[in-house]
Amino acid sequence: MSTMNTVGRPTAPNEGLDANYKPATLTGGRGLLQDEPLIFEGEGWGKTGVDLPKPATNGSDLGDLVRKDPIGLPGLSEPEAMRHYVRLSQKNHAIDLAVYPLGSCTMKHNPRLNEKMARLPGFSDIHPLQPQSTVQGALELMDQLAHWLTTLTGMPAVALSPKAGAHGELCGLMAIRAAHQAKGEHEQRRKVLVPTSAHGTNPATAAFVGYSVVEVAQTDDGRVDVADLASKLGPDVAAIMVTNPNTCGLFERDILEISRLTHEAGAYFYCDGANFNAIVGRVRPGDLGVDAMHINLHKTFSTPHGGGGPGAGPVVLSEALAPFAPAPWVVNTGDGYKLVEREEDEAEQAFGRLCAFQGQMGMYVRALSYMMSHGSDGLRQVAEDAVLNANYIKARLEDLMSVAFPEGPCMHEALFDDEWLKGTDITTLDFAKAMIDEGFHPMTMYFPLVVHGAMLIEPTETESKAELDRFIEAMRLLAGAAKAGDVERFKGAPFHAPLRRLDETRAARSPRLRWAAPEGSNRAG
Amino acid sequence: MRYLPLTPDDREAMLAAIGAKSIDDLFIDVPQAARRDGFVDLPRVAGELEVERALSAMAGKNATASTVPFFCGAGAYKHHIPATVDHVIQRSEFLTSYTPYQPEIAQGTLQYLYEFQTQVANLTGMEVANASLYDGSTAMAEGVLMATRVTRRNKAVISGGVHPHYVKATETVVHAVGVETEALTAAVDAEDAVIAAIDKDTACVVVQTPNVFGTATDVTKIAEAAHAAGALLIVVVTEAVSMGLLKSPGEMGADIVAAEGQSIGNALNFGGPYIGLFATREKLLRQTPGRYCGETVDAEGKRGFVLTLSTREQHIRRDKATSNICTNSGLCCLAFSIHMSLLGETGLRQLALLNHEKAVATRDALAAIPGVEILTPRFFNEFAVKLPRNAADVVQTMADNGVLCGVPYSRLNPDAGLDDVLLVAATETTLDADIKILAGALAKVLAA
Repeated sequence: MSTMNTVGRPTAPNEGLDANYKPATLTGGRGLLQDEPLIFEGEGWGKTGVDLPKPATNGSDLGDLVRKDPIGLPGLSEPEAMRHYVRLSQKNHAIDLAVYPLGSCTMKHNPRLNEKMARLPGFSDIHPLQPQSTVQGALELMDQLAHWLTTLTGMPAVALSPKAGAHGELCGLMAIRAAHQAKGEHEQRRKVLVPTSAHGTNPATAAFVGYSVVEVAQTDDGRVDVADLASKLGPDVAAIMVTNPNTCGLFERDILEISRLTHEAGAYFYCDGANFNAIVGRVRPGDLGVDAMHINLHKTFSTPHGGGGPGAGPVVLSEALAPFAPAPWVVNTGDGYKLVEREEDEAEQAFGRLCAFQGQMGMYVRALSYMMSHGSDGLRQVAEDAVLNANYIKARLEDLMSVAFPEGPCMHEALFDDEWLKGTDITTLDFAKAMIDEGFHPMTMYFPLVVHGAMLIEPTETESKAELDRFIEAMRLLAGAAKAGDVERFKGAPFHAPLRRLDETRAARSPRLRWAAPEGSNRAG
Repeated sequence: MRYLPLTPDDREAMLAAIGAKSIDDLFIDVPQAARRDGFVDLPRVAGELEVERALSAMAGKNATASTVPFFCGAGAYKHHIPATVDHVIQRSEFLTSYTPYQPEIAQGTLQYLYEFQTQVANLTGMEVANASLYDGSTAMAEGVLMATRVTRRNKAVISGGVHPHYVKATETVVHAVGVETEALTAAVDAEDAVIAAIDKDTACVVVQTPNVFGTATDVTKIAEAAHAAGALLIVVVTEAVSMGLLKSPGEMGADIVAAEGQSIGNALNFGGPYIGLFATREKLLRQTPGRYCGETVDAEGKRGFVLTLSTREQHIRRDKATSNICTNSGLCCLAFSIHMSLLGETGLRQLALLNHEKAVATRDALAAIPGVEILTPRFFNEFAVKLPRNAADVVQTMADNGVLCGVPYSRLNPDAGLDDVLLVAATETTLDADIKILAGALAKVLAA
């Protein structure tokens, strides 16, 4: 009997066939997953997907400045462009698809109201150098955002312009540097202390600004070794950079002692605020003795990660560092808002400027939209639910997987090591790739570096209990399979992703970073 | 709260599973002195409608570029963005994904980055381009630092035609690590003075074309002089569309291109997020900052893409990294790449010519006004004019009359003694009627 549905009748699988017979496809396409070539490999040379008026001239007034050779840019009609990018999109994991438990990345839901607000022409269609009288609403928004950020952190000032977390670190260390310069101590304070568990941007930023980096040891319970820190603090130290909650997902219990010792030594306390989501609304960094802290708006305040950016990293500053904040910033004069754009005039101690304009306005709108939606009560609930979700995962998996620091609660993320995989011949990487087959994005792996084979799981507060249970069940099944010796399931994984495991070594050994026309072709590029 | 899925019953069940009596048990590591009871002093939870009303009220107080005669440029340009662009970048799979560290489930992001890198390399006329930096100004700063690593020299010569905010953003960062800068005098034809400033300590020469006054220059001679002295040439481009009409930086001998890509696919957004384009020569690759996507194969031999060359980056090299950057302008790259794919070479060249024609028409209209002197002889879509009065005052008066007539140069650099210089930009979005209004209003203001 044919199953072809030619007259609107329901169809059914053919009977009597081997249900396990699954031939490879002939074209490389697989059901909804299309095999999509590069735009450079199509027939788009000379084509365009925009209808513009025909220019009346050919640029001859510019003489020999005119570009004559082919540039090498194929074009797509609108339907072809839609197909190309929609096909590509279907090869991506996304928060909107399933839990995205990347530790230290805070992959929470991205509210669509934020997107709608950021696209209001009054925010998106204004120029950074318009007369200030024509952008009072934009300046008001920046002022409001500053108010929310300083209130939530208990800090007196904020520099909004840094464009990402690492850019915020740069801002904070530059402010610290300027403060030491103002005291005449810059020449002697050339070191920055960084715990071994720190994110790589911390030592990279310190070095970027010209400091030498000294590592601080970690205790057996995953926190800063205060005795080691104290022994390294001195008149040659400019700052410490401590992440709190730290990258092991733990709150630094001795944080007040750490800041006291730091200040006694004449150094400043830079806090990496990557994990602010765990404490927002419950703990104010200003109460911990922090001098500078960046806030990743794309983590705690839900602006989208967008496949790797753009981010935004405003930096809150203590009284001691506030005078050194970079231009520009907004002042509420009582008679309107003013954008201070230069370090001269009323801002003579500002350490300079970090980017061409005002920073990530589009992200400011999204973050404020998120904060206003939650309110102070909702934001406190954010921290509580984020911490609750992480501890729930930890509690439900700790009988099968080894928790790196088992004593006491974790904060917003649960850290496991690979001790429990010992003897299975399965690595953290193998386990992560097998998670892909089950429909989940892997957790952060091999970070922090202080834990062997680290698996750092951060669910965030926007996961329901049902989704957490589904994730936990998958993890338990996988852990069971690993312990039962089902090694091939892991070694070859992923089997069901758009691609199998990729050869990253090969990519790095002989880099191919762009499409190039095949030899003998007369195409540009 | 609409973004929080847990119910009170869920929370209770989960606390029981954890073995905690209350949520406070999970925060016991916070020192007593830093614990806060109750809510911080901010408004409480708000519905969509309330938030939308409050933010719309703020948005409504701003004059938008599309609703007034608009001639502002100076590093940010008003272009039309095809509807497809904004639709595609809001797809969940692009908007709500992370950095593609798990390439097997991130080929969508990785393939567009590979296409983006190729488009940028071809557009700039360079061999390789990275997956973008924050914006044009930070790309310039990174370029200068890279040049000091490559040449092991310590001084950057910066043309007086480079955007003053780019100079400031660069100096702020590079001075901190002891790199010297020699910023030359601001002038419409500032490139003429660059060659004389090159010496044996020069790590790089930074020129911008079209420069901040709009002047388009063939920098081939500067490249030759820089190379003869063992220095690198960094070319800054703040208007990416210009490369559809003008000779590419690569063609003129650039070693590094640091460009702002906002003009393609990205809205004005009051200054950000934007997209730093960074391109260079292949032999300098290992000294470059930022992320790269590269081609490889999977276990079955199928072509795929991965992030690569990460041994330069902070998460591997920590304090020995080439930069501290940990991101790119991902979604802005996608917007750039989609817009560029829609344009194609044919559309880009057309678009560029239209921009130039509108600017020429605007210049001709302004040149006819008594007291207005056109300063920029050869330009792409922006030029400088000398006014008989303080340009910032004129801009304010024009704005009060509903015309955004450009950017006073003094706003970017008050110390140059160029208070009477106005920067005027036109694009394909400029209407002939707008040009008429601009010229009429300016004539009236100057006559008053």
